[in-house]
Amino acid sequence: MAIEVRIPTILRSYTGGEKSVEASGATLTALIDDLEANHPGIRERLIDQGELRRFVNVYVNDEDVRFIGGLDASLSDGDQLVILPAVAGG
Amino acid sequence: MLTIDQETYDAIVAHAKRDHPDEACGVVAGPAGSDRPERFVAMVNAAGSPTFYEFDSTELLALYKEMDERDEEPVVIYHSHTATEAYPSRTDTDLAMEPGAHYVLVSTRESGNNEGPVEFRSYRISDGVVTEEDVTVVDRLPD
Repeated sequence: MAIEVRIPTILRSYTGGEKSVEASGATLTALIDDLEANHPGIRERLIDQGELRRFVNVYVNDEDVRFIGGLDASLSDGDQLVILPAVAGG
Repeated sequence: MLTIDQETYDAIVAHAKRDHPDEACGVVAGPAGSDRPERFVAMVNAAGSPTFYEFDSTELLALYKEMDERDEEPVVIYHSHTATEAYPSRTDTDLAMEPGAHYVLVSTRESGNNEGPVEFRSYRISDGVVTEEDVTVVDRLPD
């Protein structure tokens, strides 16, 4: 099962500079595990204490995963996933 | 150093004054690798707060997809401080995720919504380190 994952600039150090990588998983959690297997260190940038980090946005087919189950969001072959850090501050 | 044209500078200041006392935010996009802030994009502060800003997540995705299609990057990321100086807060530093961008801070603490002076300063923020840089305002960007 291949899912295209768009990697933001700040995380491309984990993907050898690649803007986009393929990964697989039936849920977002499984997909992030698969990403971690190939790009060690990336999971910690996305997940903290079992939750998606507050200032990391993940979209599946343009939908913010927070509205479709978060880490439990189910994924299908051909889905497009985008990771974007929030642009935020005080 | 940040080199920015007068019209874009004025647009950022106007946005900051308009949204005062809430923080205003946005980007100026430019061709990837050019360091030219060419396309002003005001964003909604989804936090609607005088002490915090966050791009709306749906608008954030739309913005980045658009920049991607146009082979652009966020050359400037700006936001305002409405009661404090134009210097990155601890939160700004912790959440800065675009080490290639110029982070512009505008303070409207003196002007509020009105005519009057604002502070307009620019920084690089990378790995939690803040480095201020000079700002040069030109009539138009050089060709």
